[in-house]
Amino acid sequence: MARTTPVKKAWRSLAWLAVLIAALIGINGAGVAWADWSWTPKLALDLEGGTQIILEAQLEDGQTVSGEQLAQAVSIIRQRVDASGVSEAEITTQGDRNVVVSIPGTPDDATLQRIQSSAKLEFRPVLRTEAATTAAVGDDGATATATPTPTDSASPSLESTPTASPTNASDESWITPALADQYTNFDCAQLDAEGANVAPADEPLVTCDSTGTSKFILGPTEVAGSTISDATSGLVMNSQGVSTGAWGVNIVFDSTGTEQFTDVTTRLYGYGVGVVQNQFAIVLDGRVISAPSTNAIITDGKPQISGSFTQEEAKTLADQLKFGALPIGFEVQSSEVISATLGSSQLQSGLIAGLIGLILVFIYSFFQYRLLGMVTVASLVVAAVITYFVLVIMSWREGYRLSLAGVAGVIVAIGFTADSFIVYFERIRDELRDGRALVSAVEAGWKRALRTVVAAKGINLLSAVVLFILAVGNVRGFALTLGVTTIIDVIVVVLFTHPVLQLLATNKFFSSGHKATGLDPNGLGAVYRGRAQFRTPTLVGAKSGAGKEALRRQTIAERKAAERAGTSTDSNVDGKDS
Amino acid sequence: MGGFAKFGNDLYTGARSFAFVGNRRIWYIIAAVMIIASVVGPAIRGGFVFGIEFRGGSEFQVSEIANLDDDLIANQDLATATVEDVVADASPRVTTVGNDGLRVQTEQLTNDETSAVADALAEAFDVPPTQVTASFIGPSWGADITTSAIRALVVFLVLAAIVMALYFRTWKMSVAAIISLVHDVIITAGVYGILGFEITPSAVIGFLTILGYSLYDTVVVFDKIRENTTEDGDNSTRTFAESVNLAVNQTLVRSINTGVVAALPVGAILFIGAAVLGAGTLRDIALSLFIGILIGTYSTIFVAAPIYSQLRENEPDILKRTKRLLATREKAGTPAVVATSEPAN
Repeated sequence: MARTTPVKKAWRSLAWLAVLIAALIGINGAGVAWADWSWTPKLALDLEGGTQIILEAQLEDGQTVSGEQLAQAVSIIRQRVDASGVSEAEITTQGDRNVVVSIPGTPDDATLQRIQSSAKLEFRPVLRTEAATTAAVGDDGATATATPTPTDSASPSLESTPTASPTNASDESWITPALADQYTNFDCAQLDAEGANVAPADEPLVTCDSTGTSKFILGPTEVAGSTISDATSGLVMNSQGVSTGAWGVNIVFDSTGTEQFTDVTTRLYGYGVGVVQNQFAIVLDGRVISAPSTNAIITDGKPQISGSFTQEEAKTLADQLKFGALPIGFEVQSSEVISATLGSSQLQSGLIAGLIGLILVFIYSFFQYRLLGMVTVASLVVAAVITYFVLVIMSWREGYRLSLAGVAGVIVAIGFTADSFIVYFERIRDELRDGRALVSAVEAGWKRALRTVVAAKGINLLSAVVLFILAVGNVRGFALTLGVTTIIDVIVVVLFTHPVLQLLATNKFFSSGHKATGLDPNGLGAVYRGRAQFRTPTLVGAKSGAGKEALRRQTIAERKAAERAGTSTDSNVDGKDS
Repeated sequence: MGGFAKFGNDLYTGARSFAFVGNRRIWYIIAAVMIIASVVGPAIRGGFVFGIEFRGGSEFQVSEIANLDDDLIANQDLATATVEDVVADASPRVTTVGNDGLRVQTEQLTNDETSAVADALAEAFDVPPTQVTASFIGPSWGADITTSAIRALVVFLVLAAIVMALYFRTWKMSVAAIISLVHDVIITAGVYGILGFEITPSAVIGFLTILGYSLYDTVVVFDKIRENTTEDGDNSTRTFAESVNLAVNQTLVRSINTGVVAALPVGAILFIGAAVLGAGTLRDIALSLFIGILIGTYSTIFVAAPIYSQLRENEPDILKRTKRLLATREKAGTPAVVATSEPAN
């Protein structure tokens, strides 16, 4: 027998499904072979264990931090963590001066650095600078102090109070003999040590740039980083508005910053280009990230830093300026690694729960749909395979991490996925009840079910997307899992469940309407009696509600015949086979 | 298949019919009572119980316990008893951290209470007092998640209403669906409040998921309603309300089956969560979902469909048809069946 069109279509759909699954496995396999992937998804903090960092606000005596400032710090740190591609990091405040950062897994040094360097950003004038000496002090170099405030000088015997009171932040009087000595002995390697330079804002600071190639004596803070409202990187334009091809960083100050920056540039510009005091240093966490010289008096609060930046460097500097503008400085107070024991026991329980749920769904489907239940089982297995590989690939490509909430999402998805099969099966049954043969019932039922399933799943997807975009923390992991499984659900229904039913419909056993198929026309009250038999035209009345329904199902010809026979809706003829 | 499929057949043909639309006054009264109970109940109980993430609280961490019992429950009991000896109403929550650590969360304690509890814990678990750290959690994370959850809720409601109105080509279905969704959320929250379950960020995730599920269920049923009411057209022998009622009856088996199937895995998490894990992410998500799925399925049938029918019945065309039909029936002496819908004046 030549294959009918639905059968051809069915095989084509199944072929596409096979291609899809093979592609997913192929991508994953390639990742394992050539990139650093594995066959399992990465796990989040609550399942894998992870690192918890407690940051403490660095405050001088008597200073307090407001809840608002702390909240701003949290959002800045969160931005930074998110920017480093770590997902499901949880950032909370603890007490009135701590911020807790929970990072899944063991973060790499760069990420840790980024979080820890979340200290204050400040602009200080440069008093003195020179190339850093590379002379290593050796392992016992720790004797050279890493807290280079004048009061804690390496040589306390030296005079540490300025002889003359400095008139402004660029005044050389700031350089006391003690400071000069510290400067001479300062080793840039110390910058990497614990407790980076934090000098009070109104004191001078000895430090190095972040690459350790130059060292500086800087005057007191003149502009706080919190006055920066935005910083972007972009190509530098010349006065004609034509791009020079060089990368620069554009800063926008708020009104306070604009005022302060005007004063600073006015004074520094006065020193003349080429003089050390013409430079100011942008200090992040006690480390100079840029020390540009002043080419003009900037009064509009929108300076541009240009130089021999690469695009990458410009972007990094802009990010540092933007995100570095924390209202307060932070220091890592404790950093602990959370063990995965609890997580793995939770994961295990979650998986057991999932398995039990799956078995219950199987049993219920068999009870309700007999052999069709087998189609449900097979569809769920296919959905599970696709979901697994999509999650693994997302885990390696997009930084997705499976959390406990994500596990819950997957388990919940079992039931939600089986929902669409039920909608489809019930539609087929409805069509059978309307008297269609199995093959056409499957087709007609599919047309109607697909529309319903797509509309309903669309609403589900919408909720997942809204949650993902607008919610924080582990809500996002859950929403993502739910959204992904919703899409996979539709794919499976289209490419697997429907084709399989198309094939089964042509199967002798199924089309025979055996009780065990779950599509027994007798059981469904269908008027047809299998493929080869025809229904005798019936004249039905409206003795009962059923009669009415049957009336609706009469063909036009039948209805006309009934009218000719003089029967009306209230006729008592019961046309149903008993 | 047997009985249930037969039941389905009868519902499909209309041989058997529940007057979901006809008896709507009863369902409205039930819904109103449940909503009032959901608002008043928690208030009487003294408000919702919020997790430590929301209200803030004190947290104790005992580390490097040498002789930590392998049995989680035993540790929890010991820690709970210890804390309650010092502060009776501290309502401690205990979790294990790693192999040899315990975390105890309590209500926010005073400084004196905090040091007393820390000492007691050190003694109970036989560690030096230095290995007990005490701190308290600011409620800002909870506030964070609440703000974004409410924002997500509002945005979703607006978007879903628009999408549904476009799909069904009538805003009345949208309105009916959203009303029943609000009904679900209020009652689920009410169950939490009345039974005194703790509202944690995980429970909030569950609440938000209910939004999607409740509307999903409503869309499936409404799709059938639309199909029936459109197909029937002007020559129908059914009133609009009867068409709606038939559609609900025809999808009843599906509603029951999808409801059960959706609830089964969630129930499994709940069972495992309650039996093995104690409080935690899984149990909290599952609990609110379980309640929400049951109520969501119920409300589609008993709230959304009747409201939709009511919204449409007074449209002039439909009203005219209903009157004509009823008049014909009366003339023919046909007893009104299926769904008795009071024709709107």
